[in-house]
Amino acid sequence: MKFLRGRFENVDWPACAVLPVFMLAALPFMNVPTWLTLTIAGAAMGMMLFLMASGLSLIFGLMDVITFAHGAFISLGAYLAVEVARALPGLIADPSWSAALLVLAAALALAIVVTGAVGWLFEAVIIRRVYGSHLRQILITVGGLIVAQELIIVFWGANPIPLQKPAAMRGSIVIAGAAIEVYRLVAVALGLVICIALQFVLARTRLGLVVRAGVENIEMVEALGFRVRRLFVGVFVAGTALAGVGGVMWGFYQGLVTPAIGPEMMILVFIILIIGGMGSIGGSLVAAILVGLMTNYSGFLAPKLALGSNILLMVAVLLWRPRGLFPLVKS
Amino acid sequence: MSDILLSLSGVHTHIGSYHILHGVDLSVRRGKVTMLLGRNGAGKTTTLRTIMGLWRASAGAIALDGRAITDAATPDIARMGVAYVPETMGIFSQLTVRENMTLATANGRFDETRLEETFGFFPVLKTKWNDRAGLLSGGQKQMLAIARAIIERRRLLVVDEPTKGLAPAIIDHLIEAMNRLKQAQTTILLVEQNFHMARSVGDDVAVMDDGVIVHRGAMADLAADEALQQRLLGLNLASHQ
Repeated sequence: MKFLRGRFENVDWPACAVLPVFMLAALPFMNVPTWLTLTIAGAAMGMMLFLMASGLSLIFGLMDVITFAHGAFISLGAYLAVEVARALPGLIADPSWSAALLVLAAALALAIVVTGAVGWLFEAVIIRRVYGSHLRQILITVGGLIVAQELIIVFWGANPIPLQKPAAMRGSIVIAGAAIEVYRLVAVALGLVICIALQFVLARTRLGLVVRAGVENIEMVEALGFRVRRLFVGVFVAGTALAGVGGVMWGFYQGLVTPAIGPEMMILVFIILIIGGMGSIGGSLVAAILVGLMTNYSGFLAPKLALGSNILLMVAVLLWRPRGLFPLVKS
Repeated sequence: MSDILLSLSGVHTHIGSYHILHGVDLSVRRGKVTMLLGRNGAGKTTTLRTIMGLWRASAGAIALDGRAITDAATPDIARMGVAYVPETMGIFSQLTVRENMTLATANGRFDETRLEETFGFFPVLKTKWNDRAGLLSGGQKQMLAIARAIIERRRLLVVDEPTKGLAPAIIDHLIEAMNRLKQAQTTILLVEQNFHMARSVGDDVAVMDDGVIVHRGAMADLAADEALQQRLLGLNLASHQ
């Protein structure tokens, strides 16, 4: 019991209750199959949003860097999925799960390598010069985003490019009377795997321990002998690679890839960061699922409100918790 | 082997447009406790931060065991065996006591003998081992900060005002711990406002004023000379008994 008390005595129960309460609050307004469909769809969308937001959350939490160029890495991930689909048309059309998983794995691996490498270059050439100055970070990364978007147009053109999901991941299955898209289940599974992996690294490894300490007090981490600059590079690369993964999943989900596919998501990504508590990975997960659910519930219940619903959600959370649901402690 | 472990010669430090240190000359003897005293704003903390490379010296030289560290990065200075306990303690409040201590080990593993020795100094840390450091009291946090500095064998401890804001009973405990470290021949550079603490643990003393060292000598001599204390520190010793 003492062990359990130690584990749970610091849990912020009101913040943890937000997600289940929000889900249950929507139930009286629709029948159970519809609620189940919308909830799973919202959770899947939330997981994809989490993939995009978690990288930025990590970058902001440790490095105190706000980068609007994150949207470009999401776009790049989506276009890399296009390239994989073009290179493997036989596997895309193959109805077997092994072929579908192979296509997805290839797209994710390519996105991780390429967006990670571009992220490394971006940190070295641009971000390194603007540490400690949010205004300069915003200005230079907005500039970087514009340049990246133009470069994407140079390579892939300005026209939308269709991107088919692998055959086995198309269509829906019916569970308890609710029709659920197979791809959404895949997105939920991948999101959970990445979330668990991130939490494992952060909670159980020495690297994670240094990152968590660095989020609180970078100077002290340096005084303990850790080279924070190298850690910054690693975190930025990991953050951009996660954006690439989010881009792949979002690209397949949308079915149409445009140069604006990433930048369009940045409003939701920032809403997630603000709701979750800037820099908190766990907060980003809860906030991403909240935003996914809100998008789906409001789209069904009040379509005219759908566009602004997430902003209303953010305002409501901030009125209650001005620093977000799970704010980070910084020294 | 030289008697001097750490030396600063003519060290100047600027923070932005402010010129804080105006040519600090300081020596820390091996195996001794050197007290750095002075009024608020004299430049004591800046001196420690400059030694640690957290603020760059704009002129002068700093050497550890004869090796120049003036331009060394903070992590490299730490890896040379210098442990730093800042005025703010630098505790990671979201991490547990164990995690805070783990960060200070070279490879993430504890030397059990050393760990038990550290618990000997601060037994309360053993009972709080898996608690979040943010939940500790001010005194316990200070003990954790010092324990973290000594969990590995270090060449030099650089400690900034460990008694600040602590209750007298906790200060006495810290004095006892510092004296035990001193008996173990640990070299310590200690900034302190509490003259009782300084007198209890210091071997040597340097007094700063306006960014320069204005007095150097034996701590015992300063402790015995009330007129000198009054002149250098504005102290009335009776109020610090």
